Amino acid sequence: MELDKKLIGHTFKPFTTTVEAGKIRLFCKAVGEEDPIYSDEAAAKAAGYRGITAPLTFLRALQADDPNKGGLLRLLNVDIGLILHGEQHFEYFAPVVVGDKVTCQEKVVDIYDKKGGALWFVVQEMEMKDQTGKLVAKGKGVTVVRNPDASKK
Amino acid sequence: MTTVPKFDQVKVGDELKPLVLPPVSRHQLALYCGGSGDHNPIHVDLDFAKKFGFKDVFAHGMLSMAFLGRLVTSYAPNNQVRKLGTRFTSITWVGDVITVSGKVTGKREENGEKLIDLEVKCTNQNGQDTLQGQATVAAA
Repeated sequence: MELDKKLIGHTFKPFTTTVEAGKIRLFCKAVGEEDPIYSDEAAAKAAGYRGITAPLTFLRALQADDPNKGGLLRLLNVDIGLILHGEQHFEYFAPVVVGDKVTCQEKVVDIYDKKGGALWFVVQEMEMKDQTGKLVAKGKGVTVVRNPDASKK
Repeated sequence: MTTVPKFDQVKVGDELKPLVLPPVSRHQLALYCGGSGDHNPIHVDLDFAKKFGFKDVFAHGMLSMAFLGRLVTSYAPNNQVRKLGTRFTSITWVGDVITVSGKVTGKREENGEKLIDLEVKCTNQNGQDTLQGQATVAAA
């Protein structure tokens, strides 16, 4: 297996998703987050937010709302069982709250290998803008692909 | 409610109050699969995980990163957080007991904001770091 470095620079089709209270509630249940700013509008407003607020890493769940989900794996022609998450970074410019319509744009910024091609690394950058066009967050993720051929050599 | 840290009272080396989590369970991974929209079967389907060479299912890296987020927002409010990033350095298995800890590594001013840099990490019951991250929060 070898990943195609010509895919560096590939830009994915942007998509827009609405921030939903129910999704945040399930996310919070899964991660054990109990701060009421993530579930109660009155509490969130009292704490100075526009509404029920997205937890910091919920942005990744918004990214997962892509109607073309799995686009990176199809682009790379890689099975989902071979990937691991290597790194994730977020920069926050403004809180995202329930009802916001967030547009995500992702692109591939680097592809490289280590250990003689046993592991491949795909670096993606993401920008999120709200319904007014304001940049609310940037993300950078590194996906690790385990080369299934490496152990056969 | 988390209050905004006061820049003058923060010292490099200050430690955040650690968060000790209940053991990671299969139920939690199922909830996170739905809650995160990350439907990769490797985290919930034992047959699938074994087919790809793993002894068991394992936690989503982003589940542990959410724990880093919880720690950071216990130190500074959500809307004061400017950056959160991490490397996923080892796998978190079902049953692992994760402790989330952090400390202040720097204080600086940038674009008129008083910023505090944090080192944050997840460590398992064997003392092995599973996530090594950093965060930056704005102070008052």
